[in-house]
Amino acid sequence: MASIMAAKVRAKRVAQLIAGGKRLDGRELNSYREVQIESGLIERAEGSARVRLGKTEVLVGVKIEIGEPFLDTPNEGVLTVNAELVPLASPTFEAGPPDENSIELARVVDRGIRESKAIATDDLVIEPGKKVFVVFIDVYVLNHDGNLIDASALAALAALMNTKMFNYEVKEGEVKIKPGYKPLPMRNYPVAVTFAKINDQLIVDPWLEEEQVMDARLTMAFEKDGKICAMQKGGYGTFTTQQILEASKIAQQKAAELRALVVKE
Amino acid sequence: MSQKKPEKLIDEKGIRYDGRKLNEMRPVKIEVGVLGNADGSAYIEQGKNRILAAVYGPREIHPKHQALPDRAALRCRYHMAPFSVQERKSPAPSRRELELSKVMREALEPSIFTEYYPRTAIDLFVEVLQADGGTRCAGITVASLALADAGIPMRDLVSACAAGKVEGHLIVDLDDMEDKSEGADVPVAYMPSLNAITLLQMDGMLTNEEFEQVLNMGIEGCKQINQLQREALKAKYTAVKEAGAEKEGEAEEEEME
Amino acid sequence: MPIFCEKRQLVTPGDLLAENDYMNGENTYRENGKIYATRVGLCDHDQKRIHVVALKSFYIPMVGDTVIGKVLEVTLGGWVVDVRAPYVAMLRASDALERPVRPQRDDLPALFDVGDMMIAKIVAYDRTRDPLLTVLERGLGKVTRGQIIEITPTKIPRVIGKKGSMITMIKNETGCQVVIGQNGRVVIIGKTPEDERLAIMAIRMIEQEAHTSGLTDRVTEMLRKEKGEKSSKEVVENVPKET
Repeated sequence: MASIMAAKVRAKRVAQLIAGGKRLDGRELNSYREVQIESGLIERAEGSARVRLGKTEVLVGVKIEIGEPFLDTPNEGVLTVNAELVPLASPTFEAGPPDENSIELARVVDRGIRESKAIATDDLVIEPGKKVFVVFIDVYVLNHDGNLIDASALAALAALMNTKMFNYEVKEGEVKIKPGYKPLPMRNYPVAVTFAKINDQLIVDPWLEEEQVMDARLTMAFEKDGKICAMQKGGYGTFTTQQILEASKIAQQKAAELRALVVKE
Repeated sequence: MSQKKPEKLIDEKGIRYDGRKLNEMRPVKIEVGVLGNADGSAYIEQGKNRILAAVYGPREIHPKHQALPDRAALRCRYHMAPFSVQERKSPAPSRRELELSKVMREALEPSIFTEYYPRTAIDLFVEVLQADGGTRCAGITVASLALADAGIPMRDLVSACAAGKVEGHLIVDLDDMEDKSEGADVPVAYMPSLNAITLLQMDGMLTNEEFEQVLNMGIEGCKQINQLQREALKAKYTAVKEAGAEKEGEAEEEEME
Repeated sequence: MPIFCEKRQLVTPGDLLAENDYMNGENTYRENGKIYATRVGLCDHDQKRIHVVALKSFYIPMVGDTVIGKVLEVTLGGWVVDVRAPYVAMLRASDALERPVRPQRDDLPALFDVGDMMIAKIVAYDRTRDPLLTVLERGLGKVTRGQIIEITPTKIPRVIGKKGSMITMIKNETGCQVVIGQNGRVVIIGKTPEDERLAIMAIRMIEQEAHTSGLTDRVTEMLRKEKGEKSSKEVVENVPKET
């Protein structure tokens, strides 16, 4: 009960500020929190990166293994994304099998990467129809202070760009590892931008307090040429067409800004 | 019973492989109140999709800790029957089904006056008996009718329809083959009286301009679906009404007990 | 004063009924000055108010209502009772016994056991807790004989009739005791099972044709016909053969 009462009082305060164009932490409606990116911190992983978005912290590890391709795409490598909301990240996370929130998070991050064809999966074939590389992207949320989607998507991108694959040759049907590495072949760099709607006002990169009082959330992922490659509305509220179209224009620009932090030309 | 993929899904004249025009929806058949035990139920056939929805509630909530003090908890289960797809699907809930259960719940909740029934559960079950693309949209459409059939007070019906891009053309109501091909798929759910979008997702790639067109096509599709939903609801009760003209309301207002 | 629906027009949730000057009544809501229906039903309005008579709804407890409940559970302090509502009701021992409860010596299942039906009254109910019942008033208590049927709660007023006319007629024609629960359950106690059957037929007929006119007369006629056929059959059987 107390949390609901507190939420109503907090909601009023947050909404008042936002109506005046400002947020609780002093940010503009369209501003992201400070972003810190660190790559390659987990040596045992083929690729890794940690993103701090304000106090939200997400670690992504990339592992590459050899496996079988899917039946309907025999000439392509496999991509799979998993997310864990580990209990230490928030008092609201419980240990156990993935719940709907961690599944949604994983699938939205996956969508951005898959639909933009970020990874050149046709370059990951060892033996067509039989052996391919499987790219495991594991999203590990370390601290939840709002906007896990954007932080996870950015960390996934940075981790992929950091990923190195071993050189190999196929001898007598066996894969033999050769010395040296090459980077994971990538063709696109998707970035996710999430909005929260509070009292009909859209704000970018909601932090935890804002997420707790928002009506609804809208995530849009953009690929390197400014096309939309994934979208997900969440939460119990609604949007008008107007709001969605306005958001897509702002998001396109924000995505470019975030991408520049990871992809140095 | 597999289907071979045709060379092109859309020909030079803009006619789709199943004969439809670009902005044409698949034929829809809806029936309301089809199950005996559920408080509300409905069934839809849209193209080859066959989906059943049932509602139980508002009712006592179990386990008790899921109860919300200020409103009813809407719980939604989207599930596909093992025989509903080409390759038998395991009955265990997949990650996709869990995600869809969540987004469908979030698409329907804005329409329900949950605040009228605190500490109860409204349980919604959507079973896909046969799937051919666009099941989450057809599922939302039929679930909304099941809620109305249960007499649960709502702000509006929720109507859903997908639009997208296939082989360079912008189209409405993608079926499974169109969905699986390159392009884009944008499912939308909408409450027409309130002009409010309750579900929006996207797979694929679209420019901002294309997205605007596709979104508008999706909403037009939702409006068409809304008409069909209203007709289906009325059809169930028109037979009852046609039998007479006596003012039932008069009897009610006069009764004193 | 724009109004968009005619009297007794079938409407569905989200249908726009009126704008502004009207007051919104049952099964409607107001948003941005517009009034919409919340349930499937028949629209109705007078000069001031617009409302919808729902074709299907479920029972929401109200203090003062007489309800017919079914015991689900016997607890230490009383009983958990199903009243065909989104909430279960509670009957505390103190609302069933006229004296203070003695946990050691009072045998609660002997009073009401799981599965027993009761006629009770709702004494308390609000948003924060389940409804509370009592059986301590006249006419309330365990149902020990007769039959119980369930009907849609929205049809209850029709079963009662204008100023009780319909229910009085049924009682007279069938000689049954009839207790109507606002929660859509009806207890019928007749002198014979045949009498009970007639009363049930009458109520089912009302449920089917609740919206029609001249219903009271037609139900009366139906009952008399049913009774008449039966008694004329008896007469035929009892006439001594002429020798």
